[in-house]
Amino acid sequence: METLIILLIGILVAVATYLILSRNIIRVILGTAVLSHAVHLLILTLGGLKTGNVPLLTEADAPYTDALPQALILTAIVISFAVTAFILVLAYRAYQDNGTDDLDALRGTNDE
Amino acid sequence: MMNNIIVLPLIIPIMVGVILVFLRPYVKTQRVISLVTMLGMVGISLYILNKIQTDGILRLDFGGWEPPFGILFVADSFAMLFVLIANIVTAICLIYAFSSIGESHEKMFFYPFVLFLIAGVNGSFLTGDLFNLFVCFEVMLLASYVLITLGGKKAQLRESIKYVVINILSSWFFLVALAYLYGTLGTLNMAHLSERVAEAGQGPLLTTISILFLIVFSLKAGLLLFFWLPGSYSVPPTAIAALFGALLTKVGIYALFRTFTLIFYHEPSITHTLIGIMAGVTLVVGSIGAIAYQDVRLISSYNVVIAVGFILVGLAVATQTSFEGSIYYVMHDMIAKAMLFLIAGTMIALTGKTKIDEMSGLIRNYPLFGWMVFVVTCSLAGIPPLSGFVGKLLVGEAAIESGSYVLLALAFISSIVVLYSLLRIFLNSIFGETIISPEDEVPLKKGMIVPIILLAIGTVFLGLGAEFISGYVSDAARTLSNPSVYIEAVLGGN
Repeated sequence: METLIILLIGILVAVATYLILSRNIIRVILGTAVLSHAVHLLILTLGGLKTGNVPLLTEADAPYTDALPQALILTAIVISFAVTAFILVLAYRAYQDNGTDDLDALRGTNDE
Repeated sequence: MMNNIIVLPLIIPIMVGVILVFLRPYVKTQRVISLVTMLGMVGISLYILNKIQTDGILRLDFGGWEPPFGILFVADSFAMLFVLIANIVTAICLIYAFSSIGESHEKMFFYPFVLFLIAGVNGSFLTGDLFNLFVCFEVMLLASYVLITLGGKKAQLRESIKYVVINILSSWFFLVALAYLYGTLGTLNMAHLSERVAEAGQGPLLTTISILFLIVFSLKAGLLLFFWLPGSYSVPPTAIAALFGALLTKVGIYALFRTFTLIFYHEPSITHTLIGIMAGVTLVVGSIGAIAYQDVRLISSYNVVIAVGFILVGLAVATQTSFEGSIYYVMHDMIAKAMLFLIAGTMIALTGKTKIDEMSGLIRNYPLFGWMVFVVTCSLAGIPPLSGFVGKLLVGEAAIESGSYVLLALAFISSIVVLYSLLRIFLNSIFGETIISPEDEVPLKKGMIVPIILLAIGTVFLGLGAEFISGYVSDAARTLSNPSVYIEAVLGGN
């Protein structure tokens, strides 16, 4: 199971890298979103996918599942949600003002 | 020692920031409250710093979860010195913002976001948990994303997209490194990590993970991977640029020092050599950048890069003396860089030009301002009795002791370049023929010169009063070079 998930993470990272390297802002943003999913899976996998009981001492017997990776992922998901929302708005504003969503055209004038 | 007070540097700015969001139309009230808050924070930081000297390292276990299970804050002298100077610089930058940032910014939540930014910065300095460090980084970065785009000029939007994307990527690497570290060692508490690395030995896998952390923090600190820095630090309004130049890279520097003195210190021949090489290249490339450009803001930005290289020389050499030197230099650099950015912004505000050969003879029109440029030049070049001197002396001394002559040479050649790049500003723009006639002279606002003078007083005080703060600095350096002190304070005595 771990191997399968790791392979999936690899595919996600490959897709995300492809997207981030393109010139279109929206694709770059989608790339970062996919990338964040990949790392969330990675945290889950490296924390161990062993099946176990819920980590509540009075409710269940050992072995318990490690709950910490899930707490970490939850935090990371919230953060990446906020950042993605922000950068989407930023990209839209930049598109409105600069009239392009092509990152090559956003390089800036070279007079400085 | 447990103490609730060390959460205040994080919680006060957040709470006040939230309140200020609701006071949007009342600009004057926002100004007063934010400045009072920052001054209060300076007071609190001073109090905590002195308390550490008598009581030892303070910590706070949130929710009563004892380490290594819960998240905790740890305040040692190293962290608190950073917090103290960061708060002082923020307060002074706020004063500058009052007269320069403009009402449209002030009504668009400028003050709340500055407070959120400083909350993230303080949290990053104080946290004792690596994942919590990530969270505090994100708090700081989100606030900085907003501050860098505030105003929405074309150049700002253009540069901020790059800034945001680079930071998303580096945060991603941070998470990857955290995942591997958790998978390997099963903990994220810094003291506990240090203990486990020491028990298990820093094998090839852990060294690889440490290099991932090195990449992440280097991106944040602008060590070698600083390609995003000059562009994005030269577009926002002056007060914001000064805050960024003074604070944001220092958070990365703090994280580098913390991880490579507390956790990954067992393989210095790999990690610290790599840091040394990166610092050396940063010094060279930063120096080239500082000479190459005519734009005062770009010159200032490359000066930030040079300073990062210099401070990290102290980490690469890794002796107690070199840590002391780096700490002195970081404190000096926060104050002097804020001053440099404020001066650059003021020059642009006064003349309407950005390039040094388009300005001339400002000392005739604004004598006091001209002298302030002279002070910052001397201070950054490290001329005694100003604040840059002590740090440079100690780093140099440690480099000689440990035989790192290449780094020593690069560090001191870069100081000459710093002097040259700033003298170029001085000779071109401050001296020379006066081209602004008295009628066209834009009046220099009091609100602009006062913060610059305050920072100048700060740099003089740090230089002359080095004896006065040496107790704190040597305590901080002692903790850095003896990880067991930190571990004992966190994990011992439960």
